[in-house]
Parts: sequence; structure tokens; C-alpha cells
Amino acid sequence: MLNASPTLQWHRKFADRLATSLAVLCVLLVMLPLAAIFIYLVIRGIGSLDLAFFTQAPKPVGETGGGMANAIVGSGIVLGVGSVIGVPLGVGAGVYLSEYSRGQFGKLVRFTADVLNGVPSIVIGIAVYALLVLHQHYSAFAGGVALGIMMIPTITRSTEEMLRLVPNAIREAALGLGIPQWRSTLSITLRTATSGVLTGIMLAFARVSGETAPLLFTALGNTFWSTKLDQPIAALPLQIYVYANSPYDDWHRLAWAGAFVLIALIVVTSASVRWIASRGFVGGVQ
Amino acid sequence: MGVGIKVEGLNAWFGKHQALFGINMDILPNRATAIIGPSGCGKSTFVRCLNRLHETNPDARADGKVQVKDMDIYGAGVAPVDVRRRVGMVFQKPNPFPSMTIYDNVAAGLKLNGFRNRKKLDEIVEKSLRSSALWDEVKDDLRKKSGASLSGGQQQRLCIARALAVEPDVLLMDEPASALDPISTAKIEDLIFELKENYTVVIVTHNMQQAARVAEFTAFFLMGKLIEFDKTEKIFTTPSDKRTEDYITGRFG
Repeated sequence: MLNASPTLQWHRKFADRLATSLAVLCVLLVMLPLAAIFIYLVIRGIGSLDLAFFTQAPKPVGETGGGMANAIVGSGIVLGVGSVIGVPLGVGAGVYLSEYSRGQFGKLVRFTADVLNGVPSIVIGIAVYALLVLHQHYSAFAGGVALGIMMIPTITRSTEEMLRLVPNAIREAALGLGIPQWRSTLSITLRTATSGVLTGIMLAFARVSGETAPLLFTALGNTFWSTKLDQPIAALPLQIYVYANSPYDDWHRLAWAGAFVLIALIVVTSASVRWIASRGFVGGVQ
Repeated sequence: MGVGIKVEGLNAWFGKHQALFGINMDILPNRATAIIGPSGCGKSTFVRCLNRLHETNPDARADGKVQVKDMDIYGAGVAPVDVRRRVGMVFQKPNPFPSMTIYDNVAAGLKLNGFRNRKKLDEIVEKSLRSSALWDEVKDDLRKKSGASLSGGQQQRLCIARALAVEPDVLLMDEPASALDPISTAKIEDLIFELKENYTVVIVTHNMQQAARVAEFTAFFLMGKLIEFDKTEKIFTTPSDKRTEDYITGRFG
């Protein structure tokens, strides 16, 4: 009898525990660096935060104190411009791929999006530099364009995937009611996939909000207050980059605080968007 | 009021594969007509041609003449959207819109076609839910619950209400009870009896007892061809075609 032997049973239990422990070990190894970075960032970051960080622009070299208020606002502006460009184009292309494309052109669009997704961010920065900066000058708008271009492929592909998860029966139900296809796509298919599409947008947003390279050639950075779209503008990643590379201890402190605020902003935005999306699932036809 | 459907020489294809061959059929108004036949015989394709839903599949097409009252639905210049507003459909698996409340599910066909009169909308939603025998079960949760939170049988009656709300002349039902338990099935069958007063019903079914119970007329399809079409009683007692007899006596299919 196979299951009666005590040795065999012991062997089986041992193998089972060994496999489980190995899996747990792998999880811990994966989580360790992430947790370490996060904890270190929180400790260094919170310790370096003060009110001035949120209210003041940087002080001139040699003076201590000051903050990154201009960079927080600048990041908001550049990301805002990026989202205004990236979200509608990305979602639109995703809708096209999932709902309308049949055949070769769709494949080409999908391939282009995948390639664009793999293009190093610095290359996108240089491309936008050549297009928008070379003949004019560094500007918040150029920075936004660079980030927007980076958002498009992620949003396109995730929107497409999320729409494909909507059962075809739902589309047929809408068509069967005599609802025109554009209306059914907007008010039913896209609506059904809202939380998934929003998650994709948040992923893209979180990814580009920490980007430094494409902003180096476009938004440039600014140690003064500026909210003008056609002028160089400060942004958190740029400021962190400059401050962390500097020889001054006080600037290092501000860089830590900046890194912490950047992460916190990303976490808070994605959490709140997810929350809104989960609440908005049941609602009226708008 | 229901209207008759006159089908002449209807052919349908999926790519190069022909699914229907020259179907001719005269469907009478305010009656239930059952479509029976083995899997893959073209039953579903046939009803999906009656509201031009067939052609929404990639590579699918159809030709022939289908006259719904005064409208030649495959005629030049006829928009599929207009056809589908007059010929409603209930599908095999209940498919309420998951992102909408019960109320919005029923109102969807009207709202998304630009209908804005709220008072009238309330009336139509109530009337449709009453016609589909769901009103009493959901009247307190109309705007609170999602359509997807109902039970399977309730969802299917919700889908019937949704189809009725756009006030079609014809109601197509593609195996409407095959995913439901016996009690829900009985409710749907009772419902078909009542719906006949106001609509022409065409129902695809795998269940021959169901065809015998609800339909005055029955059509037997085999491999894309209409083999026999007659009064239900005649089909099930004295069919004139050998193949029909073989099928209903369970010799194949």
C-alpha cells in the first residue's frame, strides 16, 4: 500500500514543506530590496521635510534652507501637459485597436506602440529637443510633450487589453438595441472597462512622473518660480538630480525630501484614482 | 403590435463557409415561432440575420430578402441600427450591462439613442419591467443595485425588459432559457405566452419540449437548410420529412 508507509508519508510532507519554504524565500528576496529602498526613503525623507520645503523656492548657493515648492508645482504642470496629450491619444488608439481595427493596419499600430514603449526615455527627450527646443527654447510645454509621448504606448496597450476583457456579449447586447457603435463603445464598452483603463493611465502616469532624462533637454529645470508654459520650468526629478549631485549637505537633505514627496504623490494619486474608479462602477448613463 | 416577417432566398456566410442556403419563411405576426435543429445547423445564424447582427462578425455576410412589415431590412439605404430598434433580441447567456444600475439597463436603449424625457423614461422602465415579470422583485432597488447583482433568471428577464423598452415589433430569442434553472425557465416560457399579445416572437431552442410548449409554429433546420416549417403540432406528430422525424424522435442530433 502506497499511502500506508510512514516513511513515504514523511517524505511527502518534507517535500511539500521544502517547496513552500523555497517559494516563501523567493518572495522575501524579491521584497527585500523594495522594502529596504522604501523604508530608507521614508526615514531619510520624513526627517528632511519641513514646511519650507513645500512653501519656498530654492535658496541661492551658500544659504541653507529653502524648499522645492517651485519644483512640485512645475512637476504638476509638466505632468498635466503630458496627460492632456498622452491620455486622449493613448485611450483613443487603444479603443481603435480593440474595437475597430481588423487586419494589417491594426498590427502596425500595435507594433509601433510596442517599439515606442521600448525606446529609451533619453531618446524621446532628444527627439523632442530637436523638434521643439532647438528652434525655440527650453520650455515646460516641451517637457510635457516628451512625457506625453512616453505615456501613449503604455496607455494604448493597457486600454486595448482592458477593452478586450469586456465580453463580446455586452457589445452585441448594445448593438441589438440599435445603439450606434460609437455610442456603445463610449458609454458601454469603455464604461465597463473604466477601472482597468484608469489603472493603465495611472501606471503610465506613475512611470513618467519620475522620469528625469527626457526633461533634461526639454523642461531644463529652473531655480526660480515659473508657471509659464513657454519658459523653462522646475520639476521634482530634475531638482532631485541636481541636488543629489551637489556637494552641499543641505541640498542632499532637500533631495531626500524631494524623493520622498515624489513617491508619496504617486502613491496618493494612484490610490485615489483606484478608489474613485471602484466607487463609480455602478452609475447612470452619462 | 407584432408584425410579420417574410424571408426570401436568405443566404449567409462566415468567410467562405456558407451557413445558410436559400431560406424561405413566412413568420406570422403575434405568434411564437420556434427554430429547432442540431448544433451548428444555422439556427442562431438565421435569427441573427433577422436583425442584421450576423454581419457584425468579422468576414460574415448575408444576402437575400427579409421583409419586416414594410421594411426590407437588407434593402439599399437601410441602416442596421434602425433594423435593430424594430427587431429586438434576447441572447443565450444573460448579458446585462455590468456598469449600469437596473434602471439604466432598461433605459439604455432609449437613453443612448438620445431619449431625454425623464418622466416618460420612468414610465417605460416600469412598463417594461412589468411586462418581463421582474418589476415586483426589483422595484425597490432600481437605482441602487447593478444589473449584474441579480440572479441568472432575473438577469435574463432584465435583458427581456431592456429589449422591450425600445418598443420593437419583433422579439428574437436565441436559446433564452438554456443557461437557466427549471424554475426560471418556466417563468421565461410563461412570459413568452404573454409577449405574443404584443410582439412577434422567434425563439431558437435546443429543447423540443420547450418548442412544443410555447410555439404555434416550428421550423426545423439542418446543415444550413430549412427542412420543414409548419404548425408545431404537425411537426411533432406527423412531420412530412423523414429527416425531421429522425431528429424529433432522437435518432440524431
